[in-house]
Formats: sequence, C-alpha cells, structure tokens
Amino acid sequence: MKYHINIGLEVHVELLTQSKLFCGCSTKFGAPPNTHTCPVCLGLPGVLPVINKKAVEYTLITALALNSQINKNCRFARKNYYYPDLPKNYQISQYNEPLAKGGWIQIKVNGVTKKIGIERIHLEEDAGKLIHGTEVQNLQDKDWSFVDYNRAGIPLMEIVSRPELASPDEAYEYLVTLRKILRYLRVSDCNMEEGSLRCDANISISSEKGKMGVKTELKNMNSFKELREGLWEEVRRQSELLDRGEKVVQETRLWDSRAKKTYLMRGKEEAHDYRYFPEPDLPPLSIDDNWIEKLSASLPELPQQRFERFLKQYRLPEYDATVLTDSRDLADYFEECVKLFPKPKLVSNWIMGDFMRLLKQEKLASIKISPSGIADLLTEVEKGTLSIPMAKEVMEEMFRTGKGVTQIIEEKGMKQISDEESLEKMAQEVLRENPKAVKDFQKGKYQAVKFLVGQLMRKTKGKANPQLANRVIEKKLKEYK
Amino acid sequence: MDNIYELSAHEICKLIRRKEVSVEEVITSQFNRIEKVEEKIKAFLSLYKEEALDEARQWDKKISQGKKIPPLCGVPIAIKDVICIKDKLTTCASRILQNFRPPYSATVIDKIKNAGCIIIGKTNMDEFAMGSSTENSAFQITYNPWNRETIPGGSSGGSAAAVAGREVPIALGSDTGGSIRQPAALCGVVGLKPTYGRVSRYGLVAFASSLDQIGPLTRDVTDCALLLKIISGKDKMDSTSVNYPVPDYLEYLIPDLKGVKLGLPREYFVEGIEKEVREKVMQATKVMEDLGAEIEETSLPHTEYAIATYYLIATAEASSNLARYDGVGYGYRSKEKLDMIGMYKKTRREGFGDEVKRRIMLGTYVLSKGYYENYYGKAQRVRTLIREDFEKAFKKFDALITPTSPTVAFKIGEKIDNPLQMYLSDIFTISANLAGIPGISIPCGLGRNGLPVGLQILGKPFDEKTILRIAYAYEQNTEWRKMRPEI
Ligand SMILES: [Zn+2]
Repeated sequence: MKYHINIGLEVHVELLTQSKLFCGCSTKFGAPPNTHTCPVCLGLPGVLPVINKKAVEYTLITALALNSQINKNCRFARKNYYYPDLPKNYQISQYNEPLAKGGWIQIKVNGVTKKIGIERIHLEEDAGKLIHGTEVQNLQDKDWSFVDYNRAGIPLMEIVSRPELASPDEAYEYLVTLRKILRYLRVSDCNMEEGSLRCDANISISSEKGKMGVKTELKNMNSFKELREGLWEEVRRQSELLDRGEKVVQETRLWDSRAKKTYLMRGKEEAHDYRYFPEPDLPPLSIDDNWIEKLSASLPELPQQRFERFLKQYRLPEYDATVLTDSRDLADYFEECVKLFPKPKLVSNWIMGDFMRLLKQEKLASIKISPSGIADLLTEVEKGTLSIPMAKEVMEEMFRTGKGVTQIIEEKGMKQISDEESLEKMAQEVLRENPKAVKDFQKGKYQAVKFLVGQLMRKTKGKANPQLANRVIEKKLKEYK
Repeated sequence: MDNIYELSAHEICKLIRRKEVSVEEVITSQFNRIEKVEEKIKAFLSLYKEEALDEARQWDKKISQGKKIPPLCGVPIAIKDVICIKDKLTTCASRILQNFRPPYSATVIDKIKNAGCIIIGKTNMDEFAMGSSTENSAFQITYNPWNRETIPGGSSGGSAAAVAGREVPIALGSDTGGSIRQPAALCGVVGLKPTYGRVSRYGLVAFASSLDQIGPLTRDVTDCALLLKIISGKDKMDSTSVNYPVPDYLEYLIPDLKGVKLGLPREYFVEGIEKEVREKVMQATKVMEDLGAEIEETSLPHTEYAIATYYLIATAEASSNLARYDGVGYGYRSKEKLDMIGMYKKTRREGFGDEVKRRIMLGTYVLSKGYYENYYGKAQRVRTLIREDFEKAFKKFDALITPTSPTVAFKIGEKIDNPLQMYLSDIFTISANLAGIPGISIPCGLGRNGLPVGLQILGKPFDEKTILRIAYAYEQNTEWRKMRPEI
C-alpha cells in the first residue's frame, strides 16, 4: 500500500440506564410505538430536562476506564437541526465542554500492540425512529411517515477517537476492543443489530507519512464486518482518485452493503450549521472529586488486565486466556469454577469445549449449570467415576435440566465400573466368548487385545474404566490357557 | 355583598374564613363583574365559569363540614395563557398552538390549586410573550381599563388588565424582559418578577429559558407577597430552580423604611423618559425618605447595552425553543399536503405572527457559524458585566429605585409598526432579567392623560422580602393603592 491511512471513529452507544436521560421513561427495547414517552421526551411546550445521574455515572466510569480526563465542570449544549424524529428540533448534547477529554485504548493487530488516542467522550440524548409508510405491510397510507419516540431521550454516549487508526483492520480491532471494555463496564450492551452501538468513520489517505489527507466521513456501516468492508472500499476509492492525479473531496458518504460501494450523501457546502449554544435549561454539571474517587475504586478489572492475569496466575495459553476473558461473565464463571476445582487448564478445556458449544447464544447469567456443578463434574471425572464421554453426556443433561451431577449419575446408572473384581469376571466371559481372538493373540497378534477391550466395554455399556479394562484383559489373556 | 370583586385576595380569604361570604358568592360576584366589563377589556382567552362554580361549591361544602382549608381557599385567579393547565387550551396567543391542550399542568398550577385558588380563566398576551403591548396576540387586542384607546402593556397584558379591571383579584404572568412589571405599571397594579430560579418554570412555555420567570400580578403588595410565597421554591422538575428557603413574606411587610438604603441609578432617569413619569418617581422617593430610607444616587454603567444584549440572548434562545412547533407531533399543521420541508415551512409561516418570526430569524442569525462569537458570545460577556454592575450597587444599597416604564400606556397601534420603539418600552425592566434579580412594579400616581405610572424596586437575588417591604411601606403611606379605573 503506497498510501498512509488515517481513520478516526465516532462511536455512539446507548447506555444501560433504566430510564431516559432527561425523564423517567423506560429505555427498554422493543415496546409498542410511543408507549415509552412522556411530555418531557415528547418535547411538549413548557417541559424541562432533568439529568439522569446514572447516565453521568456510566460516562464517568467509561472515561476512567479509557484513561480520559474528566471535565469537572462540563456543560450541555443544544445542537439545532430539524428532523421529525427529534421532538424539540434540537438535541441536548455536549459541545466544547464534554464530560471527558483525552485518553487511549490499547489494541493488538497482527501481534503488535498500539495505543489509539481518544479525543473526547460526551453524553447526549438519542432521537426517535421514523417509519415510512412504504416499509410497513398492509398500510393504506403509503406516502406517509410515522414517528416512534420510544428511543427519543435514551442516553447516548459518544466516544470519538483520534484519527490514529492506520488501517480498516485496526479500526475493526479498535471497535472490538472498545466494545469489550464497555461490556466489561456494564454501561452498554453494544448491540449493533439493535442499534445500541453505532459507528461512523472519518477516513483520509496520504502519500506522506504524518501528513493528513482530505478526509471523508463514512456512515451506515451496520456491523463490524461492514465497518471493515466499507473502510477498505473507501480506501480503494480514495487511492484510485489519487492514482489518477485527482483530489479527494471533503464530503459525507454512505456505505451500501449490498452494492459494496460508498455513495455521496452530502457535500461540504450542505453540511449543517448546528448553531450550538449552551443549554440554558440545565445548569453546568459539577462533578466532585469524591464521586470520581468512589467510581475509580469500584472500577472492575478490564479485559486487558484480566487477560494478563489469567496468563500469569493460571498459566493458561494465550488462546485460552483470550477466549475466557472475552466477556466479563465468562471470565467470572471460569474463576468461580477454578476456585472450587483448582486445576485451571482442565477447567479451561472443559469450558472452551463442550460448555461453549452448549452455551451458544444463551446468556451465562441465565444458564442452569453453576460453577459448583462444573466442579462436581470434574471431580467425578478425576475420581474415575465418569469417563470422558459419560461426563460429556452428564454436562449436557445438567445444561438442560439443572440437575446435580450425583442425581444424574444415579438416575442414569452411569457409574463407571472401577471395581477390578467384577471386571475380571466379565473379562473372563469375554475371552470365553471370543476364542478366535484369544488364539490370534496367542499367535502374537497384539491387535486382538484392542478388540477384546472393545468387547468388554460393550458388555459394560461403556461404563468400564478404559485403563482398567485394558489392564484386566491383558492380565486375563496371560492367565488364559 | 355585591362588591366582592373589588376586594383583594387577603380580604376575600378573611371573609371566607369568617364565613361572611361563601366561595360560591365570591366566584359568582367575579363572573358577574366579568360579564359586565370583559366585552370592554378583552383580557381573557378562556373562561371556566361552570368549573369554577363547581369547585367553589366543593370548598363551601368542606367549609361547612368544618374541614381544614388551605391558605388561599376560594380566591379566584387568572393565568396567563403561556402556562400549561392539564387538558385546558394553552395557546400562547398563537395560531400554532390554537388547539393545543397539554396533558400535564405546570408546577405553579399544582401549587396554587393546592393553596385553594380557583382558576377562572386564561389571559391574553403577546404571542409567545414577545411584545410589550399585547397587540401581538393572534386572537384579540386587550384594552387598558384606564383608557380603552391605549394598550395594557405586555406581554402579560391580559393578566394586568384583568386585575386592574377587577375581573380577578390576582393573576399569574411571566416576565422575560419586563412582561409582568411593564403591564403592571401601565395598568396601575402590582407586579413582581422573582429572582431567576425562585419559581419553577416547569410548564411555562419557554420564550427565553435563561430569562423567563413566572410571577404575580395583584392589586396590592400584601396579595403579591401571599401569592409569591405559594408559587416559590425548588422544583425537581426544573433544574434551574434553586433550593433557597422561602420566607413568609408577610412577616416582612412593615409600614416604615427605617435603615433601608436605596440607590437611584442615574442611567434610569435620562432622556426619553416622560416628564410626569420622572416627577412621580421622584415624588415617591421623597415619601420613602420621609419613611426613614436613606436615598443616594448611584450608577449602573453598562445599562445602555442592556437592550442590545437582551435581544441577542432572548432571540437566540427563542429561535431554539420555538423550533419544536413544526406541525409534526402537536399544534397547528398546514392543511396542504407537502413534503417534509414544505410542511415545516408552510406550518410555521401560517402558524407564527410577524413579531415571532422576526425574533426567530434574528436569533437564528445570532447563533450562526461565524456570527456566534460576535453576537451571542459577546452578549453573554456583557450580561456578566451588567450583573456585576448590580452586585457592586447591592454592596452599598438594599434596593434600587427606578421608573418601571419610560412612558405611561401608549395608544393602540402607535408602536406596532416600529419594533425598535416598542423594544424601548422595556428599557428599564430588561436588566433585572439579564442579572437574574427580582423586581417589583407598584403604582406611584397618574401621569400624562391620567394614566398610571409605575415605580420599580430592584433587589438582591432571593431578597424579594426587602423589595416587598419597601413596596408595602410606600403603598401603606400613599393613597395610590386605592385608585381604580372607572370601568
Ligand atoms: Zn419521557
């Protein structure tokens, strides 16, 4: 690539507060249109906003986690523009006095770690949703549009990076890392499909390192994959322009995921003048040191720290540590298991294997199998009560029913036979029933042992301890006359 | 008793408590008066006769059962049509809200209802409180009860005229640049703009959020103190309301001014002020001196910038506050079927009056890229200087005395085509809004053409008790409180 790429991301996440940013309405997703509304979030004449302290707290927690400086006297501002999904025709946002400035996120791309600078973090209200008549089935009024204000007023946190991402892959990694951190902090569920995470990008290329080219703004990437694809396409488009000796024009472009192309949305001249001014209905927000101290003290361990600790404390391979620390809930789950069954690698194998397969889309918080269940199961495996295939079967049953290990073993009569005496008796029978195999063995065909062990396992319905079965067959063969 | 409508609120309260009159009699008397004079004054946009009588009977029932009654039980009150009352038309005297009924009530409405007041109707005003004559109402002109050829002042002209015309003893108005005090002065009644943050703005349809305050219009200072106490206090629905103790203002109403230091800012006694207005105010200061006040001239050097500052800040905020009237969710929408932008344009063109449009355009310009710093930014800095002028003055004085308006009520139509002339009628009231301080206007005599002259007393932030005390002492030692228009 002969051009240097500079990408900056503007990420919006909906905060997981119970109520909206300036009123008491619920933030729950998926309610019937306009049922989560009140005079305040509908912007009726005479209403006033009252700030949701929890939303401020979530933003402060994020700022602390991203190493940002908290602006102890920040302010809200009105961003003025007309659109039917915006009840007041202005959005209460923050302008030159955001809640936090600066900071960084550490990302790792192709084995190389890199710090990406954060420009600012601020808090604002979300807009409603427009539904066009043409998009609704069986609707008479095709040429009308409708507005759902349930989303209007939900707290949105905006995190703006510096234009320090040097490739679409870095941008992708940055967003993945940021999402992981925000989920760890439990401030947002960062669900791109439900729109609780949205991302716009600024992108420019330049033939000189350190020199910024003319940037375009790219919108409408609706998944992580689309972000990467859209940015690569924009890199390609801009490179072609420069290759031909043409210039990149500052403009806003839309990603079309079907055509895999970007399209002009609006030029620089059509850019909005938002006429920002300080929100007179809200006094400046003063954040006292005690609050900040309290929040920093309660900050959870972040993904990167936890990953490093897992390597050290549990001596896990990097791969295991990466998978296990992908979410805070999974990492917590793992650590709970290890507390009760202190063989980390063994626990890791089980969690990363069948456990993850069974978990699939289910939320960890709502599954029926507890860490102590996992510990019990592994204890039985270790004692030799359960064979690996049996243990897998038991785990599946635990997932489904939530029953305890002992109960399942009893119900299914699954106990592994480790009693040498009774196995020997059965081995004796096996040899008697398979004289040909015994002869083969005596002729020196060692393969026959394997066959006979298999027969013994069959006879015990798989409940025999495999090592023991082997030993018993060999012993009986030697004694056989 | 057939002249109950002549009484003040505190007199009515007394009679009701002594069971000398029933609440129903009070309300009936009031509506008889309204039926007699409203045709000539046209102060009201809505009247709630039947409801008010129903409420009255309910109170009477409670009283007859010996139940405890709230402080202003049975007192009729009128509300400027810029304050939301649940399910009642709240038009702001604008076509764009002609049919708007809010699903909620303003905090002050809950407060006065809890205090036992009976709302008899909503009063006319300049559209969205923008104006000084109530001529900018989309629905009707209100006449000054003192002289039907003149305006009642504005924007709370309906409330002031209703109180002056004895259609109601007390009313609520709103004051962004003088909209309570100036009409109070021009109609010969008492009007108070509280400190910014003293009274909740929740439910007051916003004109300029950093300047607006709700306040009382009454016929005497005692009623003003009573009503102010009821409506004051921190409201969790208004983040700009302040948690500062609300005193019992009545306790501060004493009929002398011993030890009170009063300043006369020379910038308020300059050219452009009517001779009789100046004379009446100067005579009033003599009375105050006789009552024991120490009076001295002082200066508020940045006064001359107040009007310019005000019209930058107020219009900027208004341009944003009024953006919501777009025909989408509520209010007027143009009947024409158009695309989105077309709907916005047509709705607002048809829905707003000229003065409102003028201010929206000015405010939009003020906030635009490249102009913000020179206009809005600078205005904010001058606003600070104006506030500091007052802070300095209040280090020396307990209150400042000025005329409320440079003139008495002017003729209907006289200034309506000259906005700048109109803006000058607020020249003495605007600074108090910019500084956030309280101000009261009280009658101090009759000026040109026998029309009332208002005297303004400006006080320290949250020191309404002192300006009320000064107003009360003056009122009790003069006869002006007894003067009534002959309507
Ligand atoms: Zn709401």
